[in-house]
Amino acid sequence: MIQDMIAIVRDYWLLLLIGQYPNGPLGGLANTLILSALSIALAFPVSILFAMARLSKSPLLRWPVTALVYFTRGVPLLMLILWSYFLVPLLTGADVPSFVTMLTTLVVYQSAFLSEVVRAGIVALGPGQMDAARALGHGYIGAMRYIILPQALYNMIPSILSTFVSMTKDTTLGYVINVPDLTFAASQVNNQLLTQPFQVFLILAIVYFIICWTLTYFANRLERRITRRRAGLLNVPTASLVTPSKIVSEQL
Amino acid sequence: MSGFDLSAILGNPEYAAMLLHGIEMTFIIYAGSWLLAMTLALMLLGLRLSPFRFGDPLVAAYVSYHRNVPTLVQLMLWYFGIFTLMPSGIANWLASHNAESIFAVIGLGLCQAAYFSEDLRSGVRSVSDGQMQAARALGHGYVSAMRFVIMPQGVRNALPPLINHSVSLFKNSSLAIIIGASELTHAVKEIENLSFRTFEIYLIGTVLYLFFSLVIMSIGAYLSMRADPARSARA
Repeated sequence: MIQDMIAIVRDYWLLLLIGQYPNGPLGGLANTLILSALSIALAFPVSILFAMARLSKSPLLRWPVTALVYFTRGVPLLMLILWSYFLVPLLTGADVPSFVTMLTTLVVYQSAFLSEVVRAGIVALGPGQMDAARALGHGYIGAMRYIILPQALYNMIPSILSTFVSMTKDTTLGYVINVPDLTFAASQVNNQLLTQPFQVFLILAIVYFIICWTLTYFANRLERRITRRRAGLLNVPTASLVTPSKIVSEQL
Repeated sequence: MSGFDLSAILGNPEYAAMLLHGIEMTFIIYAGSWLLAMTLALMLLGLRLSPFRFGDPLVAAYVSYHRNVPTLVQLMLWYFGIFTLMPSGIANWLASHNAESIFAVIGLGLCQAAYFSEDLRSGVRSVSDGQMQAARALGHGYVSAMRFVIMPQGVRNALPPLINHSVSLFKNSSLAIIIGASELTHAVKEIENLSFRTFEIYLIGTVLYLFFSLVIMSIGAYLSMRADPARSARA
């Protein structure tokens, strides 16, 4: 059994790693990681905008985003992928690669979820921070940029990281629209071998486990660190010397 | 084929029957995997709270596996992998009894059990130690103290995440399409292939999922209100 798995990895590691590249599109693990990283990088700023829109006083900003959040929470991601698969080419009028379709869907879907995390972080700060920032002469944007968001995001780092983990797991759903990712490569290997499906899919599960477990591990470590810091057990420079955003980057 | 026309699908008895069958299978898969998940979650919780010293790492490993491997991959491993390793007697029996749906229930249920057991554990952990001591002082044994004092409070604390995860289990039931179970998403795809009315059928499917998710959320909100009216009023 284990020998079978080692043989599969030895024979197909390149396909699992980069897919058909350079004779075809980039695929495999590389594509899974690129897709996750891109969707995280795009969903993160969008989710902050969504959270600010949901907290805004203007109903014109608040209502559409609230509706979007409720909608995405009630509909399976698979359904949204099928929607984009059919709508994105129709709207753009061009032949869109399945990678782009998947990226678009993931960004919209996860921004809605992540915006709830960011919003919770902002609400948990209490209104005093905003009042104080405004009293010091910051405008709304300036107060958000320098006072509210650095604190809110810092407090929510563990939840944000666990959203990143589920985003990485969600990239597997690209399988239904033939995004050439790791899952796709594994099923190609399975189609070529035909005799060892259990071994192939176990390898797939192990690879995903390693990626996501590593992310979860760092999320948990950060969570403990933040709890200790809040309890005042950890020595960190005070806010007057180092800006909160710098603390965030140091902790990461 | 012209314009937007819902009646082209809903008015067609064949398509309507396919949709109804899809809804039925989605609910069978959902109910089956929910019950499996909850039963397993309670057993995992029991194992974790028990004095058995390997209980804790065993449950932790179970939870870690199921939380860090995508559900889709777990379903594939069950249906394409473990299914083929089974003795032919069992495999044949499964194959003639809708194996796709059975494996969807097993895969989704085992995966969700990890989330449910974590929800229950944090719920039970937030019941203060004094409750157990007080129950024991009143003459309850360990089992009866758990049954009448700790668990009711623990489950009540765990209700909000349990409801969230119940909704996501419902949405995840759509993944069963990957292994070929004939649930709602499958019905939507089939009707799309037959009718070419892509927009209409996706709209119907989406509205159905949205509707049932909202129903599950409302039932959950009602249960939280019943369990703890004071807290719901504050929230």
